[in-house]
Amino acid sequence: MSAWNRVCALDEIAPLGSRVVASHHGDIAIFRTDRDTVFALHDKCPHKGGPLSQGIVHGDTVTCPLHGWKLGLADGQAVAPDKGCSKPFAVKIDGGEVWLRLD
Amino acid sequence: MKKQKLVVVGNGMAGIRAVEELLKLAPDLYDITVFGSEPHPNYNRILLSPVLAGEMTIQDIILNPLQWYADHDITLYTGKTITKIDRVKRTVSTSDGFEETYDRLLLATGSTPFIPPIPGKDLPGVISYRDIRDTDEMISAASDYQHAVVIGGGLLGLEAANGLALRGMNVTVVHLAPWLMERQLDRVAAGMLQKSLEAKGLNFLLEKSTEALIRGEAGRVSAIRFKDGLEIPADLVVVAAGIRPNTTLAESAKLYCNKGIVVNDTMQTYDPRIYAVGECVAHRGIAYGLVAPLFEQAKVCANHLANFGIARYTGSVTSTKLKVTGIDLFSAGNFMGGEGTDEIVLNDPSGGVYKKLVLKNDTLVGAVLYGDTADGAWYFQMVREAKNVNEIRDHLMFGQSAVGDVGHAGESKAASLPDTAEVCGCNGVCKGTIVKAIKSQGLFTLDEVRKHTKASSSCGSCTGLVEQILASTVGGAYTPAQSKDKAVCGCTDHSHGTVRAAIRERHFLTIAQVMKEMEWKTPNGCASCRPALNYYLISTWPGEAKDDPQSRFINERAHANIQKDGTYSVVPRMWGGLTTPAELRAIADVAEKYQVPTVKMTGGARVDLLGIKKDDLPKVWADLGQAGMVSGHAYGKSIRTVKTCVGAEHCRFGTQKSMSMGVQLEEMLFGMWSPHKVKLAVSGCPRNCAEAGIKDVGVIGVDSGYEIYVAGNGGIKTEVAQFLCKVKTDEEVKEYSGAFLQLYREEGFYLERTCHYVERVGLDHVKAAVLGDAGKRRELYERLLFALQDYEDPWTEAVAKPAVRREYQTIVLKEVSGVTA
Ligand SMILES: Cc1cc2nc3c(=O)[nH]c(=O)nc-3n(C[C@H](O)[C@H](O)[C@H](O)COP(=O)(O)OP(=O)(O)OC[C@H]3O[C@@H](n4cnc5c(N)ncnc54)[C@H](O)[C@@H]3O)c2cc1C
Ligand code: HEM
Ligand code: SF4
Ligand code: FES
Repeated sequence: MSAWNRVCALDEIAPLGSRVVASHHGDIAIFRTDRDTVFALHDKCPHKGGPLSQGIVHGDTVTCPLHGWKLGLADGQAVAPDKGCSKPFAVKIDGGEVWLRLD
Repeated sequence: MKKQKLVVVGNGMAGIRAVEELLKLAPDLYDITVFGSEPHPNYNRILLSPVLAGEMTIQDIILNPLQWYADHDITLYTGKTITKIDRVKRTVSTSDGFEETYDRLLLATGSTPFIPPIPGKDLPGVISYRDIRDTDEMISAASDYQHAVVIGGGLLGLEAANGLALRGMNVTVVHLAPWLMERQLDRVAAGMLQKSLEAKGLNFLLEKSTEALIRGEAGRVSAIRFKDGLEIPADLVVVAAGIRPNTTLAESAKLYCNKGIVVNDTMQTYDPRIYAVGECVAHRGIAYGLVAPLFEQAKVCANHLANFGIARYTGSVTSTKLKVTGIDLFSAGNFMGGEGTDEIVLNDPSGGVYKKLVLKNDTLVGAVLYGDTADGAWYFQMVREAKNVNEIRDHLMFGQSAVGDVGHAGESKAASLPDTAEVCGCNGVCKGTIVKAIKSQGLFTLDEVRKHTKASSSCGSCTGLVEQILASTVGGAYTPAQSKDKAVCGCTDHSHGTVRAAIRERHFLTIAQVMKEMEWKTPNGCASCRPALNYYLISTWPGEAKDDPQSRFINERAHANIQKDGTYSVVPRMWGGLTTPAELRAIADVAEKYQVPTVKMTGGARVDLLGIKKDDLPKVWADLGQAGMVSGHAYGKSIRTVKTCVGAEHCRFGTQKSMSMGVQLEEMLFGMWSPHKVKLAVSGCPRNCAEAGIKDVGVIGVDSGYEIYVAGNGGIKTEVAQFLCKVKTDEEVKEYSGAFLQLYREEGFYLERTCHYVERVGLDHVKAAVLGDAGKRRELYERLLFALQDYEDPWTEAVAKPAVRREYQTIVLKEVSGVTA
């Protein structure tokens, strides 16, 4: 069983930006797109462990800051031809606040 | 509305490439039907040579498996030859009465091997070399017979001969001309090639014309006889004497043909409903026999089939590469020279290297390289772009790598490298990995290779080598990227130049506006174009365009340099490299307080604190700020450092006060964003202890003033700075170097260092702008000062503003989950 945890107000994440959340799973990156949707991924690039939260967000994708892999925000899958995956977590926006579920 | 019907005749490389390009532009416009004579889906004809040589299998070379046709709703008929086009009824049909209607028809029927009318040419055992069937026949002949004769010593003939020899046959190549590959090579290079092939066990008979092929007892060919009476045994004869555009079908439909199906620059034939691409086509009188131009044709044709109507094909300059393992050979353009041309030749027969460059009116028009082909792509690009090479003429022969590329152990021989050789030093990619990816994934361009293997995708110093590996694997099929008008990235077709010009002329102020007006294909760009656009906007419209932090690489957002473990490094600014005991004490305190694991001096002579956690950055800055220190920008596409020597202030040799000059320059340029990083140095005398000769701007004190050098580089490609001018006063040093840097800021493409910028526009252009007109120079200088006037130290800002500081903070969850951790 797991529950929703409040992270922060949506305003506290810049559009096309991200924030890092420390959890018992390790760091989790929360991304905000320009359409104000949010996504959460384990903050660790499948390539060499780069912090995805520090990448550039575009569309529904983030580009890792270390060597430029691109990962889908929704599923954490690397964009072909790269192969790998960063674990996605459930997030939602409720009343202007961002909520995260750890499971 | 009902879809239009597109029928493609010819299921080969050009036709299917056109369909692929069409699907990218207009996936739903047509119902597509493809007819192919061969019983296979589209395969990579080029790689028949490695199949013959036993290096690959047929399965490996399929480009579009049957599933691809199904996935795109394309109706494919293999093993069906179209024999008739009814242009009035708009139908095509086969000899067995199968009929299909079309709205638009694409002919891509390729070419047919030319078989000279020699007696015995129809005997069993006499074949040409064009398709899978021919290749299979050669492979099976090689296991049953011993003597092979290849008629024709061109590209195709030599590749066939090499393959048959590798399969254990005794092979003789018969050639009419006095030297091999006379259409691609001059006599000297051909001689060297022949020698290497002889060393591999091939035999050659040059200037020999065939009289007849002799029938043996079993009914199969058994020997070949020449006009001079010589007769040698032959159980297999491969005729590779050239190809002819396959225009049979087009001619039967009364389409105008003249050495190919005649098309205009939109790839349209004389019947407006019928297009044609590939080897069957004659464009401006030329029929091409290599894949690269055919792919260009396919792209243009698709543009018109998709009703976009803007692309034009204007012809191609082709290059050649022999795909024989271990032989490095490259030729392009007019390599024979002749009236009005000059030749530069390097000939080292015992070293196995020969190079010839042909120049005409200060442009390179052709090149032949043997033994060392790493610069092939570089030369080829200059030939294609008709670039003026006057300025580099004296070191043209030594190639691009002669200017000091690092990172691939100085390797210059692509084809003869072993598979285990490391090609890309940044990403640790070996040659074997690259070759495998090219073959198995069907790659044709440098970009594709970069994507799939990561080779040449970081520092780029091995680009020439990777291009040559590509070329030696796919032969002339490979198209080098054209630097001038290459698209910014996959999000747009516009080049950096076009985008810069549009931002200026149309006064764009936001990224969203550029993307909307210039029809970006993605909703908000990518990590390549957004930083470029952000830079172009703020550099073109300082004070008006607003900086967008989310479009900056993390270093410029966090004002520190990200490290491989996700921590950051901090480099406080020390103007001109000067510091004080108080500053050093503050740095030492910070290093202890935040347990900085590593403290080192940077190459720019500043102190680097490595391994700081992002959360700690604002605190570190606050502490350093107390001691008066600001951000050193060691992380940005920006002014980095001004390195100085001791100079006249102390040094016994000093002629000018290099330290104070350096401090003035660094203070002037504080906060300057630029297309790429910018480094300066000031030395107090020509002994040049500050190494000003490899800086973007290098200033050297002499007794009567200062010499200013520009566009040096000490990075991947060591580039010596070029002399710009000599000036008298400190103020002039600031004005001239400031004007140069502003010119670069206004005209440079994002991620283009000053050396590449100056190489692109020419030093004369820079001199005209900076030295030619005092008024213009002052305007440039003033625009620079205007852009920099209100720059605020990002450290102070991050410390002072909570909204900015928040960016650095990790959120700690108060977890309410039921998970037992
Ligand atoms: C062994 C070999 C090595 C080569 N090496 C290189 C190299 O290193 N670099 C390079 O750039 N190029 C190379 N080439 C040349 C390159 O393969 C051709 O330029 C290219 O394949 C031509 O493409 P195309 O689509 O015009 O013709 P093809 O690929 O020949 O396709 C035409 C297709 O149309 C079919 N067809 C013809 N008429 C009809 C009809 N009436 N009805 C139905 N189908 C029909 C044919 O059977 C054929 O399958 C090589 C060629 C060979 C044979
Ligand atoms: C041609 C002969 C040269 C002479 C006579 C010479 C002499 C000197 C002298 C007298 C100093 C001042 C030392 C001091 O008081 O601190 C100095 C500093 C230095 N020299 Fe040279 N030098 C020469 C060439 C070079 C070259 C070619 C390089 C490097 C490429 C070099 C690198 C340095 C460096 C790094 C310093 C320290 C500068 C600083 O950071 O202050 N020198 N040199
Ligand atoms: S460059 Fe000249 S002035 Fe500067 S330290 Fe070296 S010797 Fe002295
Ligand atoms: S760690 Fe993310 S791309 Fe290398």
